[in-house]
Amino acid sequence: MRQIISILLENETGALSRVVGLFSQRGYNIENITAAPTEDPSVTRITILTQSDKVELGRITKQLHKLVNVIRVYAQEDDSSGVVEREILFLKVQAIGHGVRAELKNLCDIFKAEIVDVTPEQYILQYVGASSDVDRFLKAVEDSADVIETVRSGVCGIFRGDHSLRV
Amino acid sequence: MEKLNGAAQLVRALEDLGVTEIFGYPGAAVVDIYDELYNSKKIHHTLARHEQGAVHEADGYARASGKVGVALVTSGPGATNTVTAIATAYMDSIPLVVISGQVSTGLIGTDAFQEVDTVGVTRPVVKYSFLCKKPEDIVPDIRKAFYIASTGRKGPVVVDIPKNCQTKRYVFEYEQGGEVRLRSYNPTVFGHRGQVKRACDELLKARRPVLLLGGGVVQGDACNEARQLARMLRLPVVCTFMGLGAFPESDPQCLGMLGMHGLYAANEIMNGSDLVLAVGCRFADRATNNVKKFCPDATIVHIDVDPASISKTVHADIPIVGDARVVMGQMLQVLKDSEIRPNSELDPWWKQIDEWRRIHPLGYTKKEGMIRPQEVIEKIYEKTKDLDPIVTTDVGQHQMFTAQFFKFDEPRRLISSGGLGTMGFGVPAAVGAQKALPGRLVLCITGDGSFQMCMQELAVARKYAMPLKIFILDNSVLGMVRQFQTVFYHHRYAGTNLDFNPDFVKMADAFGCEGFRVKPGDDIGAAIDRALAVKDRSCIVDFITDTNAIVLPWQRADGSMIEMILDEEGN
Repeated sequence: MRQIISILLENETGALSRVVGLFSQRGYNIENITAAPTEDPSVTRITILTQSDKVELGRITKQLHKLVNVIRVYAQEDDSSGVVEREILFLKVQAIGHGVRAELKNLCDIFKAEIVDVTPEQYILQYVGASSDVDRFLKAVEDSADVIETVRSGVCGIFRGDHSLRV
Repeated sequence: MEKLNGAAQLVRALEDLGVTEIFGYPGAAVVDIYDELYNSKKIHHTLARHEQGAVHEADGYARASGKVGVALVTSGPGATNTVTAIATAYMDSIPLVVISGQVSTGLIGTDAFQEVDTVGVTRPVVKYSFLCKKPEDIVPDIRKAFYIASTGRKGPVVVDIPKNCQTKRYVFEYEQGGEVRLRSYNPTVFGHRGQVKRACDELLKARRPVLLLGGGVVQGDACNEARQLARMLRLPVVCTFMGLGAFPESDPQCLGMLGMHGLYAANEIMNGSDLVLAVGCRFADRATNNVKKFCPDATIVHIDVDPASISKTVHADIPIVGDARVVMGQMLQVLKDSEIRPNSELDPWWKQIDEWRRIHPLGYTKKEGMIRPQEVIEKIYEKTKDLDPIVTTDVGQHQMFTAQFFKFDEPRRLISSGGLGTMGFGVPAAVGAQKALPGRLVLCITGDGSFQMCMQELAVARKYAMPLKIFILDNSVLGMVRQFQTVFYHHRYAGTNLDFNPDFVKMADAFGCEGFRVKPGDDIGAAIDRALAVKDRSCIVDFITDTNAIVLPWQRADGSMIEMILDEEGN
């Protein structure tokens, strides 16, 4: 099951490596991970996307809690529908000729993506959305043009409703 | 306020934390710290002969005394040599602070001489670690290290201090600092009241209950509470290997050790119980055998200070996170206010237990012309039980024979590497234990394989004229692995023959110890008496024992608790 785990931890050297190390030591898989300081610069927030069942997720969160520099951990047990999540995607694509350039512009309009850099031969496209939408946009662009480079940020997520992850 | 350099601040902080003993080995990256230690009147330094020995010594010291053990080593190889010993302490939840030198901050990452990423290398085997970036970090970090090591589920903490942070050239005001507080680290102490109540209710309902005590009861100093609880409700008590001594083994209410080489009755009780009250144990694979077949009828109540240990392998029906002593105290309080069933209601259960004890008591057969290892342990126990000795062991058959045939009545008497199973632990742990408890009888029961893994530490025992008794069960093979080969690998003894062992008696002499050999036909009891009479130095007794001995009972792999091999023919 696809799971999003959010972690607040002390913004210290090596803190991130302990979190990542825990996943590798215990044989858990990280699909993607994002990390950045919060409004309080001494606290880092990490969002991890992982595939796990309920039992495994329980174990992961307990082990994460146990790490000395982890302040809070939250993962929704059943599904990820309670999470607002976004990923950012950059695509550098071959854009030579009027037809391709027009098609790419058209796709960006449909998907509400942006062209953020233009050269005579290339476009850089930017798209923000849930991971599944990112996949769809990527597929659409690949069908219309040659993709030179792909950069995905990994998931950044926040829980809906009353549940807030704070120090 | 007094101005001190970084190294002096470290030493002062250690003094203020009550440290009196450090085990270590110097090197370029810690020479400033050593220079300051040289001035200290409160801290004694024991020079080990290998960094692994130093950390095992600190570990033995911690296990025997209940205090935090402290080791000091240099950067690079000094630090990497400690890894096995740190992992040993980590697996058994022993409070240690390991201080390592590091190359100067400007050299970190340049592959400098004796540079290694100590924090990185040790990360999976520490509870936490610090890399001090500036001299001002040293005192706060060392205070946090002691706090983290000694609270919650205890464990080793590494503090890595670069050389330039220790320098004499930079002095600044020493501030002792107040109580340590960490917002990200708050171990739960009190058990959830509702859960405690539920646990008591279930306990009173149970007709086939068992109290299972693990190392957490020993490390958490919760033995009194466990004993009260067991006696109040007439519970049969089973111990894990790490929990031995939590309840007096010579008391008929105690069934001894469970698990792979546990006692027949202890394993039967677990399997037949309707309620397991497990305290401070982690249901390790060697204790449970196949977890799917573990205690099929039992409600599992699990008390542990580490939430990650609960339902990790065995599902807990009633989990209680908290300090073992506090939570059992809460239970005692609830039970005092409850209507307790008459203890006679457990009569049928106890009748069954006594029957199990009767059919397969712990035993072995004597063999003509051979010293049986079990016989040696039995004799050692008989000769020393009134002297309340501390017993360290190494790892292998002798360790299991000790767990079975030596009856531990008090906690912190058996000092052994249970989780990691580190051969070479016994001798340095004995040195550490003797440092913690001068004047007490310290025995090290070891094998000829294990003994050779850290025997250089005998020099330390010699230096301090420690009267350690080192009993080697010398069968010229690696018996524990060999017994697998005997039973499961068609007697193909690959790599388990210790041909050309050194002469341990001559070695004793070389290390300034007393030493003698006991051969088949010799009087074992007299040999032990002779060893006990040596008071001014250590004594090594080399018992030539039966090569073919097998540790029994022996649970069948992947079976239930009661699928056990009970005789040497494999039945």
